[in-house]
Amino acid sequence: MEHPYLFFVKLFEAIGLGGFAHEYPHVIYTWVVMVILIGGGFLAVKGLSLVPTKGQNFFEIIISGMEEFMVDITGEEGRWLLPLTATIFIYILAANLMGLIPGFYPPTASLNTTLACALIVVVFTHVIGIKYHGVKYIKHFLGPVWWMIPIILPIEIIGHLARVLSLSFRLFGNMMGHELVLGILLALAGLFFAPLPLMALGIFVSLVQAFVFFLLSIMYFTGAMEDAH
Amino acid sequence: MEAQALQFFSACVIAAGFGVGIAALGCGIGQGFGVRGAVEGIARNPESSGKVTVTLLIGLAMIESLCIYALVVALILIYAHPQAAAIAGLFAH
Repeated sequence: MEHPYLFFVKLFEAIGLGGFAHEYPHVIYTWVVMVILIGGGFLAVKGLSLVPTKGQNFFEIIISGMEEFMVDITGEEGRWLLPLTATIFIYILAANLMGLIPGFYPPTASLNTTLACALIVVVFTHVIGIKYHGVKYIKHFLGPVWWMIPIILPIEIIGHLARVLSLSFRLFGNMMGHELVLGILLALAGLFFAPLPLMALGIFVSLVQAFVFFLLSIMYFTGAMEDAH
Repeated sequence: MEAQALQFFSACVIAAGFGVGIAALGCGIGQGFGVRGAVEGIARNPESSGKVTVTLLIGLAMIESLCIYALVVALILIYAHPQAAAIAGLFAH
């Protein structure tokens, strides 16, 4: 596959870390997303006041919208999960949208990033289960009656491993597929601005995929918190 | 590359093409049913269109992801076949 022209990779080449930059563009662009998000966060809380101004109002709408949506699904006891799920949503959204800027590479188009996010969500599901239920968390995996345990237990374990696979591959496939199609269209008919309609679709897909990851994380956390059926 | 190794790789590429085609067929039918249900719901009760639209988009993303799994397998077959070097070496006498 062709190697695209990436700005920050060229920047690292100028410093002298070219080998590292070419091997791991997703790490470098994760750093770029981190700088953007942390910078945006500082700007958002500069001059916080009780009666919100325009900029603070905008961020309040976003965060409170996410919080209301989450508490709708998890109930009141799940409110403490907001920092993790909102971070996942905002990070994946920013990372996806960065792929639409020419010369930038979305870190979520690499399986490493998406697998990391999926592993965090699934491991945290088990942490929540053990924290809320203790040893009785194993009852979630055992099914309703005792004599079905040999069938239900492997199915539940495979189901949990499938969650990791599906979360990571859904995001990775969407982003990688989009990057590939953009690259092919650019090679075929770049001078006629052929990739443009696909970039419009890309904004929509980025939003939807970030939202789906967010929603699935909330549903897995809710499933771990509630009592086994 | 030897002719037989080339045949193996061309078989991989044909399989990748048909795989994504069949997956897209199933995905299209599934999403069509989903959109039908959503539009019927909105037609019956226009006030619920906000909630129905959000649920529809989430459902479409879930169904789409099945086609994406097939796409990832196709990409692996074409670009990142794990035994590519071994098979090419096997056929090169």
